[in-house]
Amino acid sequence: MSVRNVGIVYRKELTEALRDRRTLIAMVVVPLLLFPLLSVGLGSLITVMVNKADEEASTVMIKGGDDSPKIVEGLRQLKTIHVVPLQSDWKSRIVNKDLAVVVEIPEGFDKNIAAEEPQTVVVYGYDGDLKSDSAAKKITKFLEGYRDDVVKKRLASHELPDSVLEPFRTKSENVAPPEKSGGALFFGGFIAYIVVFLCFNGGMHPATDLTAGEKERGTMETILSSPVSRTHLVLGKFLLVLTTSLSTAALSVISMGISFTIANALKTRPVQEGASNAGFHIGFGAALSVFIMAIPLAVLFAAVLITISSFAKTNKEAQSYIVPLMFIVIFPAIAAIIPGIELTPKLAIVPILNVSLLCKELVIGTYHWKYIILIFLSTCGYAAGALFLAVKMFQRESVLFRS
Amino acid sequence: MIEARELCKTFQDKKRGEVRAVDRVSFVCRPGQIYGLLGANGAGKTTTLRMLATILEPSDGTAMICGYDVVKEPEKVRARVGFLSTATALYPRLTAQEMVEYFGRLNGLDEATLKKRVDEIFDRLDMNGFRDRRCDKLSTGMKQKTSIARTLVHNPPVMIFDEPTLGLDIMTARTIIAFICECRDQGKTVIFSTHVMSEVEKLCDVIGIIQNGKLLAEGSLAQLRERHGEQDLEEIFVKVVAPHYASAEG
Repeated sequence: MSVRNVGIVYRKELTEALRDRRTLIAMVVVPLLLFPLLSVGLGSLITVMVNKADEEASTVMIKGGDDSPKIVEGLRQLKTIHVVPLQSDWKSRIVNKDLAVVVEIPEGFDKNIAAEEPQTVVVYGYDGDLKSDSAAKKITKFLEGYRDDVVKKRLASHELPDSVLEPFRTKSENVAPPEKSGGALFFGGFIAYIVVFLCFNGGMHPATDLTAGEKERGTMETILSSPVSRTHLVLGKFLLVLTTSLSTAALSVISMGISFTIANALKTRPVQEGASNAGFHIGFGAALSVFIMAIPLAVLFAAVLITISSFAKTNKEAQSYIVPLMFIVIFPAIAAIIPGIELTPKLAIVPILNVSLLCKELVIGTYHWKYIILIFLSTCGYAAGALFLAVKMFQRESVLFRS
Repeated sequence: MIEARELCKTFQDKKRGEVRAVDRVSFVCRPGQIYGLLGANGAGKTTTLRMLATILEPSDGTAMICGYDVVKEPEKVRARVGFLSTATALYPRLTAQEMVEYFGRLNGLDEATLKKRVDEIFDRLDMNGFRDRRCDKLSTGMKQKTSIARTLVHNPPVMIFDEPTLGLDIMTARTIIAFICECRDQGKTVIFSTHVMSEVEKLCDVIGIIQNGKLLAEGSLAQLRERHGEQDLEEIFVKVVAPHYASAEG
C-alpha cells in the first residue's frame, strides 16, 4: 500500500507536469535548444560575421604620407581595403563605425627610412569592433611586410645575412593528449557548469508548483484529507522533481554531444579556436559518467528545492527564495571553470563544486577513481540529509498551514 | 460514528503568544445524523473539523472516527472520511475523471472496483458531459460536483463538510445541501460547519454552538429553543455567544 501510494502520487504529478507548459519548456525545450544554439548556431553566426569582415574591403583613410608616395601607393594597392580621402572628423567617423581605421604616416617617412631614423606608423581604430579590428589586422600585416622588406634591404646593404636577426628560434610543444589539453579543460568546466545549472533549473518550477503552488491553489488541503501519508506524499512529489531534473540533465548531455559533433563537422569558429588540433566531442563513456554523477546532485537539488518551496505560501514567495539559491548553486559551478582550481581531498567534499570539478575531468576523459567514489558518496550523503529535511518539513503543520 | 473527546488545539502566534483555537471540545455524532457546528468566523469550527479529518493533529484530547483514533491511526481514519470544504480545490491540469480516480486509488480501490464506482458516481451526479474536461475549464457547479465525487469515491461512512456552501451561488449551494441530506439518508455520519442559520435549521439533527474554541451549547433545535426560551435560532445563537464574543473582542 505504501509504495503503491508513492507510485500513485508520482504518476499523478507526472501527468500534471507533462501538461504544464513551463515544466516542459525548462525540461525539454531549454536543453534541446541551448546547446545547438550555443555550438552550431552561435558558432556559425560568429564564423559568418568574422569571414564577412575579413572578406569585405575595409574603408580606410590615410593621414600624412604626402612626402612618402611609396608606402601610400602600397596601401592603395591593397585589395582588402578601400582608401578614401581624409576628413577632419575621422575620429568621430571611427566611433560611429562609418570608418574602419585611419593610418597615420609620419612626416618624411621615406626620407627617415633612407636615413635609418626610428619612426612610428599609427593605426587608429575602434578596439573591439569586428570590422575595425579586421581592418587593423590587414593594415598591420601590410606594414609588417613592408618593414621586413626594408630590414632585408638594410641587411643586404651591410652584406649581412637574414639570420643575423634570429640567432635562434623558440618552439613550444604539447605532450599532453590533445583531447585533454588547451581549450578542452575550459570546455570540460563549461559543460559541467551547464549540466549543474540545467539540473537545478529543470527541478525549479515543478518543486514550487507541487508545494507552494498547491497551497496557493487550495489543493494541499484536498490531498492531506486523503489516506496517503505525508511521507509518501512528499516522496511522490520529490520523485517527480527528480525526474524533471534528471531528464533535463540527460537531455542536455545528449544535446551537447550531438551539437558539438555537428559543430566540429561544420568547423564553426569558437570550436576551432579553442581546440587547437582536437575537436570538442563527448564520448558515450564521458556522457554516461557525467550523467551518473549528476544523479546524486539532482537528488540533492530536488530535496532542497522541495524543502524550501514547501515553506512558502505562494509560488511567488517560493521563487523569491529559490532565485538567491540559484546564485549559490551557480557560484561553485562557475568556480570549476576557473583555471587552476583542481580537485583536492578537501574540495571533493564541497557540494556542487566537487561534482563540477569532477565532471570537468570526466568530459576530457580523466577518471580519478578515489575522487569519484568520495564525491559520489559525499553527494549521496548531502542528498539523503536534504531529503530527510524535506520529509520533516512536510510533517510540520506550521509549514503546511503557514499563514 | 464521530466521538470528539476533549479536543484541544493550540497555535503559537508571534504577537499573541499561545492561542487556544479549540478548547476541550467533546461531542458525539451518530450514523444517520447531521451534526451542525455553528459559530462565527474564527470560532474554531474549521480547526475542529480539520482535527477530525486528521489534517491537523490535536494538541490534547482526541477523537474516534468509526472506532479509530485520529491521533494514533490517522491514515485509517482518513480512509473512512470524506472531507469537503470550499478550501479543498481540484487539480487544474487533471480531468474530472482523473481527479476522482486519483483519490479512489489513494483510498486503495482496485482498478475494477474503481471503474465501477466512478461510473456509478458520474451517472448519479450527471457528470458524464464533462468527465474528460480539465478541472481548470469547469464551471463552479461542475467543480463542486467533481469535489463531491472525489469525497464519495471510496464510499466513506463519515462525511465532514467545512462551510461547504461558502461563496457559492444559490443553485450550486442547493446541490451541496441535497448531497448532505442524501448522505444522512444513506446512514452516513455527517458533520458540517456553517454560520448560515437557515442551513442549520433545515439540515441538522444536532447543533453545537462554538465560540472562542469552546462548545457553549449543544442539542437538537427543539432542545435549544426550549432551553433558551427563543424560537429563532439566530436569537438563540446571539444569546449563547454574545457574552463570550464581547469578552473575546474586548
